Amino acid sequence: MSKTYFDETHCAIGHPKSTFMQWMLTIDHKRIGLMYAAVMFTFFFVAVSMGFLMRLELFAPGQQFIDGHTFNQTFTLHGVIMIFIFIVPGIPAIFGNSVMPLMIGAKDVSFPRLNWANFWLYVAGCIVALSSLWGPNGFADTGWTFYAPYSLTTNTTVLPLLIAAFMLGMSSILTGLNFIVTIHRLRAPGMTFFKMPLFVWGIYATGWIQLLATPVVGITLILAIMEKYFGIGIFDPAKGGDPVLFEHLFWIYSHPAVYLMILPAFGVMSEIIPTFSRKEIFGYRTVALSSASIAGIGYLVWGHHLFTSGMADIAKTVFSFLTFFVAIPTGIKFYDWVATMYGAKIVLSTPMLWALGTMITFVIGGLTGVTITMIGVDIHLQDTYYTVAHFHYAMLGGVVFLMFAGMHYWFPLLTGKMYNEKHAKIAFYLNFVGFNMLWFPMFIAGYLGMPRRYFDYLPEFQIYHQISFFGAVIFITGLIYMFVVLYKGWRHGEPSGTNPWHATTLEWHLQSSPPPLENHTKVPYVDFNPYEYKHGEPVVKFDYDTMKRID
Amino acid sequence: MSHEYIPEIATDRDGNEYEVQGWQDDFYGGKLGFWLFMFTEVMMFGAMFLALTYYKTLHPEDFLAASHHLNRLLGGTNTVILLISALTMGLGLLKMRAGDVKGAKLMIWATIILAALFLSIKGVEWREEYEGGIFLNYGKLLPGSDFPFGEKIFYGLYFTMTGLHGVHIIIGIGLMLWLLKRINAGKVTTDHHIFYWNIALYWDIVHLIWVFVFPYFYMIGGGYVVGGAVHGH
Repeated sequence: MSKTYFDETHCAIGHPKSTFMQWMLTIDHKRIGLMYAAVMFTFFFVAVSMGFLMRLELFAPGQQFIDGHTFNQTFTLHGVIMIFIFIVPGIPAIFGNSVMPLMIGAKDVSFPRLNWANFWLYVAGCIVALSSLWGPNGFADTGWTFYAPYSLTTNTTVLPLLIAAFMLGMSSILTGLNFIVTIHRLRAPGMTFFKMPLFVWGIYATGWIQLLATPVVGITLILAIMEKYFGIGIFDPAKGGDPVLFEHLFWIYSHPAVYLMILPAFGVMSEIIPTFSRKEIFGYRTVALSSASIAGIGYLVWGHHLFTSGMADIAKTVFSFLTFFVAIPTGIKFYDWVATMYGAKIVLSTPMLWALGTMITFVIGGLTGVTITMIGVDIHLQDTYYTVAHFHYAMLGGVVFLMFAGMHYWFPLLTGKMYNEKHAKIAFYLNFVGFNMLWFPMFIAGYLGMPRRYFDYLPEFQIYHQISFFGAVIFITGLIYMFVVLYKGWRHGEPSGTNPWHATTLEWHLQSSPPPLENHTKVPYVDFNPYEYKHGEPVVKFDYDTMKRID
Repeated sequence: MSHEYIPEIATDRDGNEYEVQGWQDDFYGGKLGFWLFMFTEVMMFGAMFLALTYYKTLHPEDFLAASHHLNRLLGGTNTVILLISALTMGLGLLKMRAGDVKGAKLMIWATIILAALFLSIKGVEWREEYEGGIFLNYGKLLPGSDFPFGEKIFYGLYFTMTGLHGVHIIIGIGLMLWLLKRINAGKVTTDHHIFYWNIALYWDIVHLIWVFVFPYFYMIGGGYVVGGAVHGH
């Protein structure tokens, strides 16, 4: 084989000698994915501590540690980091980068240097966002949604956050674009769209949402900047503008963004379930197409965030109906997964445990979502802890849990080592119990009328806040435990071999683990379905030197 | 490019050979990527057109009155200039594909000059408006003025959208200068002109957006008469 573009170093600029610079300038998709993971999880723990700070403050009614203004800044910081920096780039940036090209038998993504630039744009966006902390009058206190007109009139430092959200959005758009082109152009010969692993389908659907929805929020934030600093009047009623228009434009992006987060997570689930059931996935086409239809329908439901904001009744009714429809393709996926497991000899390894745990938490998150789709119920529950619990069950209990599942699943692939299964399972149980204890009481508190984003509350809600607090302690312990287990696995784990899970998709058919630069020795010809098992063993086998089938 | 990329061959079980598409030298991939990027531009300006349309239904009279005051002669001239620049850009690409590198460079220079002309005329217009007391954070657009709400929003969006469009023109000029540099360095050639192709596509979107901006801002108030019936058209 001929030497390719950047030979051994695979760097965007030059051929640096030091390993550090090789990482900083790398265009190798696996390294970029790992660097995203490092930055993201650092910020994740910052945001988790913000969440814990709020829990501490809410342990008892009245003021404990921080005043109301600081509390507002705390939940803004928590929300901005969790949404814009952690969960939106989330799975696509980490696993879409590090695993997706391997899954389709490509050597890299379509635009590797753009990928590199995107990572640094992302880092720059993070820095700009944090710079707001040291701005005059302190960090923004608007909440992560920047609702007008408050975000236009507050004297806290909103500008860096708006700019940062724009930069992070830009990075997200270009990453999505890169993945769409990669999936269209670089699939191994023979791999049709319906022979792709389902994670790739998730990334593909996500790419389109990133591409078509993110520009709308980008321009909305630009308009907000124009309004705040150049005095045009689009959202501020004092100048003739309409603040509800801001909410519309904001949610035109931010609701599809929810599906942008969950679709790749569902993709991870669709990888893990057949692998650990040692069975072909039930209804491959329906799982693949339901991703596409969630992306499509998800575009048309943003109005359900505005049921109490002032919208025509007919619009409310239409948005309510459309929102119900999203539950259909989601339900199809769940039944497909359950049907896959039916009658299978399930191997309860850690990734599978996480996936099964998510099936419980996400169903709770999803079904409570259906309840607040109903306009009447929503009027009662809007902006209460019920909603907070709902989206934490869906986002943390769905997206982030599946991200953790993916971390455990692809850990041996990316590091070549295996973590301690026993301890990883203990970490899972800690997380699962802590998570439910932390958020389930909020459903009840919210139903009884506890409003969100309040820093004080009536004494009757104290019990729920206290249960939540102890849940938070267990949950954070579990998180730390999990990362310690993974860290130990990475430093001192046993070599895992190339395919410890007996998985079938292409990323496990490599000659070494972690995968070498340039991935597969030779690009294979794909004339098989992604999950072919017979009697609990993978059907397709390769000679890893020539990448020819030997079964 | 300085290196030769040789595509790999994958072989199926019957020994048939298939050429593997790598990320290097992927003309169609480059084109697809840029088309997708243009979608995002359309969505971005689309959101602003949405806001514009919404406020026009709220304040139809104010919008017509404000639009009436814009300079249709300069705006129209600019439209013609931009359309011609799109033509020169397209001709340049045709010349490049036909192997006429010198002609292509000439056409790029013509496009750059037309773009600069567009910006200058735009500047004259903004200056006129500034002298009439209408500008961002200035005069009639300040919160305290008794300028009607609809006109404030109209001008606010006018400055935002033509401004953002102007930024795209400036970026376009930068891209064209970079393109000239790459042609001179022999990196964009008759056989390898994806970079040129994409910049031409970019320029098409930039002029296309203007084709929508122009009627929406300048022409809706063309026949408007203050305080009376519309006549004379």
